[in-house]
Amino acid sequence: MENRIKTLFAEKQQGLLSVYFTAGFPNLNDTVPIILELEKNGVDLIEVGMPFSDPLADGPTIQQSSDIALKNGMTIPKLFEQLQDIRKHTQIPLVLMGYLNPVMQYGVERFCQKAKEIGIDGVILPDLPLSDYVREFKGIFEENGLSKIFLVTPQTPEQRIREIDSHTNGFVYMVSSASTTGSTTGKAVANTDYFDRVAKMGLRNPGLIGFGIHNKDTFGQACNHAKGAIIGSAFIKALSQEGDLKQNISSFIQSLRN
Amino acid sequence: MKYSIDENGFYGRFGGAYVPEMLYPNVEELRQNYLKIMYEPAFQEELQGLLKDYVGRPTPLYFAKRLSEKYNTRIYLKREDLNHTGAHKINNTMGQILLAKRLGKKRIIAETGAGQHGVATATVCALMGLECIVYMGEVDIERQAPNVARMKMLGATVVPAISGSRTLKDATNEAIRDWISNPEDTYYIIGSVVGPHPYPDMVARFQAVISEEMMAQLQEKEGRDYPDFVVACVGGGSNAAGAFYHYLDRPEVKLVAVEAAGLGVDSGESAATSVLGKEGVIHGSRTLLMQTEDGQVVEPYSISAGLDYPGVGPLHAHLHQSGRAIFKSITDEEALQAVLELTQLEGIIPALESAHALAALDRIGAKPDEVVVLNLSGRGDKDLATYLKRFHFDGE
Repeated sequence: MENRIKTLFAEKQQGLLSVYFTAGFPNLNDTVPIILELEKNGVDLIEVGMPFSDPLADGPTIQQSSDIALKNGMTIPKLFEQLQDIRKHTQIPLVLMGYLNPVMQYGVERFCQKAKEIGIDGVILPDLPLSDYVREFKGIFEENGLSKIFLVTPQTPEQRIREIDSHTNGFVYMVSSASTTGSTTGKAVANTDYFDRVAKMGLRNPGLIGFGIHNKDTFGQACNHAKGAIIGSAFIKALSQEGDLKQNISSFIQSLRN
Repeated sequence: MKYSIDENGFYGRFGGAYVPEMLYPNVEELRQNYLKIMYEPAFQEELQGLLKDYVGRPTPLYFAKRLSEKYNTRIYLKREDLNHTGAHKINNTMGQILLAKRLGKKRIIAETGAGQHGVATATVCALMGLECIVYMGEVDIERQAPNVARMKMLGATVVPAISGSRTLKDATNEAIRDWISNPEDTYYIIGSVVGPHPYPDMVARFQAVISEEMMAQLQEKEGRDYPDFVVACVGGGSNAAGAFYHYLDRPEVKLVAVEAAGLGVDSGESAATSVLGKEGVIHGSRTLLMQTEDGQVVEPYSISAGLDYPGVGPLHAHLHQSGRAIFKSITDEEALQAVLELTQLEGIIPALESAHALAALDRIGAKPDEVVVLNLSGRGDKDLATYLKRFHFDGE
């Protein structure tokens, strides 16, 4: 089976919307309903967050959703159990995102094999550095057909961006500005020089812009400088609202595009 | 050296730099420059001058006669409690602030547990005229109020960490998040031998002055430059790293690391990482970590805010795994008894952290003619409220 991330970028060139949510939030068993509802609303790619007790790169919104998910009982085995039959229902590209320690405890190789079996397309582990990935884990990810997606930032030197591009095969996650997730200051889309600099580098992989993208305006502006954008904290906030889960998802996603 | 880092920043299996890409340029800048800068003659001259005239080094190596009689061995106390600001922490902050200045940084951030590192950072920032922001767990802000007041007097901004257990681990998370958001003008002064490479190695080198002085002082007092035992408490492990440093490759010296057992190692309320931890990644380094089966970090407990940390520096993880150091754990109650004992036998009120090392003196197996150096890492002023309450000196 061709990696669904590759297929997606081959078929769609602009305005891609990738959405992150924390598995186990707001309720333990919302994972599959959220995925199916996001697909129904035209989202292109989904990042399923594996909650961690100490998410260093995340702001308060994702921290709190992670705490609640953990209290609800979310674990990696539980998540795999929920996703066991997901490919009977949807072919949307799925990326697992989380921190290294829980994956290490599960076992990196076992984790990759299980992800492949379920039909996961990619993995993001922000605190697994490129050098350690290349030295210890690259073979395992590739054998299991998983794209290992890396972050780049406005401070990443050009040579390192090229090195990252050469070791990955899904997309390059362009962190919009120096911040943790969930900023709504608008500086997320201010750094157009950086977006354009990366765009002109002619990388093998397409870029998606994330961190601080939270509404129609910032999503639209990010899409002007990359293939698309990633929304996380703003979606978590939408899920936190009173009312019906499906309704919350649908109104939020529609608000980005209409 | 068998116990120094390799070219990737690992002590055996432990160490490394597991940081998000946002921190890569900062950590890399430091990695490329720290050794070059810290061994420049002009840097060393400035640092040594400040350590002597401002910090008050060398600290005495004091032969504790009555304590020695009690334990029937020869006990010396390395008096890090006599440093300016009351603990060993300033050895490191003084080094790092000079490094930060040479890297052109304008804004200093730090985490703190007991507040000793926060005070030591706020102090050197006041001295150098740099902005200082200290992250401190909300729980620790309550139990170490005098140090919070000192930091504020010194002009630092103290920001409460309100996530998780609201202690040292969470303060460290918040400091790292600040650094992610301020990658260019900000320098992060980590207070222990934890965090991504090169911090564990750099902090150990700045603290190594402790064992360097011990060698000269022992030579003078004992006619040889080494003891039979070095005993030190370990939270992250910076005072122990400094006290062990020059003896790491000398097998004739037994190294004893003392952790906080809290209410007891098996009580579920403990910070004894070497017993309860397994290999994992925390705060940018692969080390022993207290965690659940699913890899979630467990919230530790100790009466001592400075030892209340679920990990341990990668050097210590390596010393534990290789058997080079002996690890002991001491409960809250045992540490409190050791506070009273030292106060009444020697007239020295120790910090709660250091009291854990003192409480281990009766279980290291030192013979009457053997020499033990105990690193008395800090003084007890900051813990007086706890002591008053626990020892009922407050009239209750």
